[in-house]
Amino acid sequence: MSAYVTVRGLTRVFDVSKPWLNRVLEGRKKAFLTAVSDVDFEIEERTTYALVGESGSGKSTIGKMLVGLLNPSEGNVEVEGVNLMTEADADRIAASRSNIQMIFQDPYASLNPRWRVRDIIVEPVAAQGGKTEGLAEKLLEQVGLHASDAGKFPHEFSGGQRQRICIARSLASEPRLIVCDEPTSALDVSVQAQVLNLMSDLKDEFGLTYLLITHDLTVVRHMADRIGVLYLGRLVEEADPETLFNTPKHPYTQMLLSAAPRMDAFGREVPPPQGEIPDPIDPPSGCAFHPRCPIATDVCRKDRPAMRALAASKVACHLAE
Amino acid sequence: MTTEVKDKGRWQRFLESDFFYAFKRSPVALVSFAVVCLLVLSAVFAPLIAPTNPFDPASLNLMDGFTPPLEPNAFTGNTFLLGTDDQGRDVFSTILYGMRVSLFVGVAAVLFAMVLGIVLGLVSGYFGGWTETIIMRVADVQLTFPSILVAMLIFGVAKGFTPVEYRDQMAIWVLILAIGLSDWVQFARVVRGATLVEKNKEYVAAARMIGRSPWAIMIKHILPNALSPVLVIATISLALAIIAEATLSFLGVGAPPTQPSLGTLIRIGQGFLFSGEWWILFFPACTLLALALSVNLLGDWLRDALNPRLR
Amino acid sequence: MTTPVLSIRNLSVEIPTRQGIVKPVDGVSYDVGKGEILGVVGESGAGKSMAGNAVIGLLNAPAHISGGEIWLNGRRIDPLKGEDMRRLRGKEIGMIFQDPLTSLNPLLTIGDQLTETMLTHLPISRKEARERAIAALEEVGIPGAAERIDSYPHEFSGGMRQRVVIALALCAEPSLVIADEPTTALDVSVQAQIISLLKRLCHERGTAVMLITHDMGVIAEAADRVAVMYAGRLAELGTVRDVLTVPQHPYTHGLMASTPLASQGRKRLHQIPGAMPRLHHMPDGCAFHPRCPHARDKCRAAPLPPVANERAACWFPMLPEEVQ
Repeated sequence: MSAYVTVRGLTRVFDVSKPWLNRVLEGRKKAFLTAVSDVDFEIEERTTYALVGESGSGKSTIGKMLVGLLNPSEGNVEVEGVNLMTEADADRIAASRSNIQMIFQDPYASLNPRWRVRDIIVEPVAAQGGKTEGLAEKLLEQVGLHASDAGKFPHEFSGGQRQRICIARSLASEPRLIVCDEPTSALDVSVQAQVLNLMSDLKDEFGLTYLLITHDLTVVRHMADRIGVLYLGRLVEEADPETLFNTPKHPYTQMLLSAAPRMDAFGREVPPPQGEIPDPIDPPSGCAFHPRCPIATDVCRKDRPAMRALAASKVACHLAE
Repeated sequence: MTTEVKDKGRWQRFLESDFFYAFKRSPVALVSFAVVCLLVLSAVFAPLIAPTNPFDPASLNLMDGFTPPLEPNAFTGNTFLLGTDDQGRDVFSTILYGMRVSLFVGVAAVLFAMVLGIVLGLVSGYFGGWTETIIMRVADVQLTFPSILVAMLIFGVAKGFTPVEYRDQMAIWVLILAIGLSDWVQFARVVRGATLVEKNKEYVAAARMIGRSPWAIMIKHILPNALSPVLVIATISLALAIIAEATLSFLGVGAPPTQPSLGTLIRIGQGFLFSGEWWILFFPACTLLALALSVNLLGDWLRDALNPRLR
Repeated sequence: MTTPVLSIRNLSVEIPTRQGIVKPVDGVSYDVGKGEILGVVGESGAGKSMAGNAVIGLLNAPAHISGGEIWLNGRRIDPLKGEDMRRLRGKEIGMIFQDPLTSLNPLLTIGDQLTETMLTHLPISRKEARERAIAALEEVGIPGAAERIDSYPHEFSGGMRQRVVIALALCAEPSLVIADEPTTALDVSVQAQIISLLKRLCHERGTAVMLITHDMGVIAEAADRVAVMYAGRLAELGTVRDVLTVPQHPYTHGLMASTPLASQGRKRLHQIPGAMPRLHHMPDGCAFHPRCPHARDKCRAAPLPPVANERAACWFPMLPEEVQ
């Protein structure tokens, strides 16, 4: 097994300054938001790597950089040994890019309402001038819809069916890596189960690699082979699901796991977590989690912890043991 | 789940749509649509409907001049539905031919404004930055002048550049250019607004991800979703363009007397109003009113019908 | 038995449409007692929010209550209109919505909104109201309440805003609070804070809560009893522990089984085949029968069984040994 995707030092800074004129008139400086800060991870071929985090953790930004919707400010993304940032040969980059597809969160916004399903599904192929005869029909059946649905419009489908159409579109160009950005968080539980099962089946059938981006810990535990936990744009812990859920090392992971609602926790009375996610424009010094951390010491306020191996996990914490 | 295999055709879908349903149930929409159809068809088929060709000197008889509507002429005994003007031209026929010019100028001007506005709106909304700043500031500046003044200015400048012998021929095209240029701003604003909304939707991200060019995304993905407000504005603009054309022609800077529009007819008729020949002014004015009003009402109804918030 | 705070009897809501009349809520009955949290759970389109809106008289025309009764503290409130209904909202029924921004006026400080609500409904002076507003903000856990009372809603984070909304909903001391997806827009860690707050305040004050959500986990942690809705009808009603551990309605069972659980490991998730019927195409008999693995002829033909005494609206409730 080899790493299919290697991400090194990935960083993305957004300029969130007010317009030039406002800055001059109000005497403000430029403002920058570091959405992703120095993130490293690898995805093995034919596995599911999950990025978990709350809002503002930068998980979607990482996904967008991977598929090329955003350019990183710093760092590298390597797919199958091709460095997408530094590679000079445009053809090699295009070839690698066509191996990456994406499934979006909102099945209502991710399908063009004026297009027929057939045209939506084959667009990735048609745009490259490929043959599309019967392709939409074949893909629709693969994702559990009818071939006859190809002539319909998106509004004729329910949320779950639309998400199947999105999956069919992402499969059209025969990709090897699919970035799934919250693929089920807009769906109901019973529909979520259908979509997750479909994703598992397709993974086995086509030998796909997934990068799963979600905030839902139950989905992560069910789907992932390896999990990276993000907090304020930084990777704080990485482990396989068993290790992560049974022996979380980072205080943030521990907090997240205890806060998640559980089906078997009737009338549970646990002290809820303290504080809220800080403002990413002005992040805390040292370890970003220290203002909320129950065990933080002076070193946490001063130095940003590096990722280190700890038992079966990797964790970015000075004190975890 | 339906087992129907055949795709529904556009026409079938239209007949089943909420839009058509609302149309059938709105008396205002039905009446104004009928009036518009009647007027447009009679303008298009004017040569077949009109009893005489008012611009063929051979068919004119000066003796027929100033015949009141439905009364036999004192000299020739000819009777005209809406009377005749000073040169003996049948008013009914001149209205039909005048409406042709008015509608042609109106439609062409709106199409021109629409294409220009859509392109500039898409570009400024999609690319943003300096492109957007420049385009929208120009639009803002233009909005500070009454559009009829802008049209007169453009008309005057263009006329200055046209050689004298082509002026009458070119007048219609200059008119279209002038009205169109004074009207693109609202199209650009609406399309830009819709583009700003649509470009952040995930289907656009999906298209960008597979490497489609900005133009393909703008034309194929965003434009179809921005068209309903454009349709509404186009309809209302049509009424305004017809009125603008009539105003310009009335002021004498529009359609030449050799190719009179409704506005030109009104200007000519106005001279006879106080000497008692009211019909020369009255009927062209009524036609203009009916045309502009029914197009406007249709546009208002369209706006309500296509506005999802009101549904 | 004491009278419940809220009692809904056979409530139906109708919407006339082009394709005919649809019933997003169809013959629903449940009670919420003093100090009790009733979880109303269902997937989108199940009619759970519509039922909540019917109680507070906020149905958007042309939707209207077409049958049944709503009783609040022994008084029938469904025929109330206009001014009477408005007085009831805020005074006797507090409301918490999914998006805290929609329930707060962006142009007024939170202090103004709190004191205004209290002055409208309670016989107290302005000074008293302000003191109580600060106390209310402290109670919902807003640090530095005395200083922040003059801030505007946009100066708060999402979680803090939802706390303000809770303070606003509770400040007139209503006997019933309707919370419609109060934590859906919030992050996991903030969601836990809000739920724990809601639970504490309601149990302390004896407020009845109707907690509308799609999240079984939230229900399990917060609610005392749960009403499971499907296609506008009540599928199952009972204590949380009973319904979630030994569901009797096949739909409840399917919902539970399709949620990924730690104990299941990574085996395939249980699927309920198909999708919820559209309101225009409701099946005869039990609405769930086309998707139900246990459906028999009786389910297809006969109308729903009465749900008053039984826990599940099902002709053939599942037995505990079938569930595992």
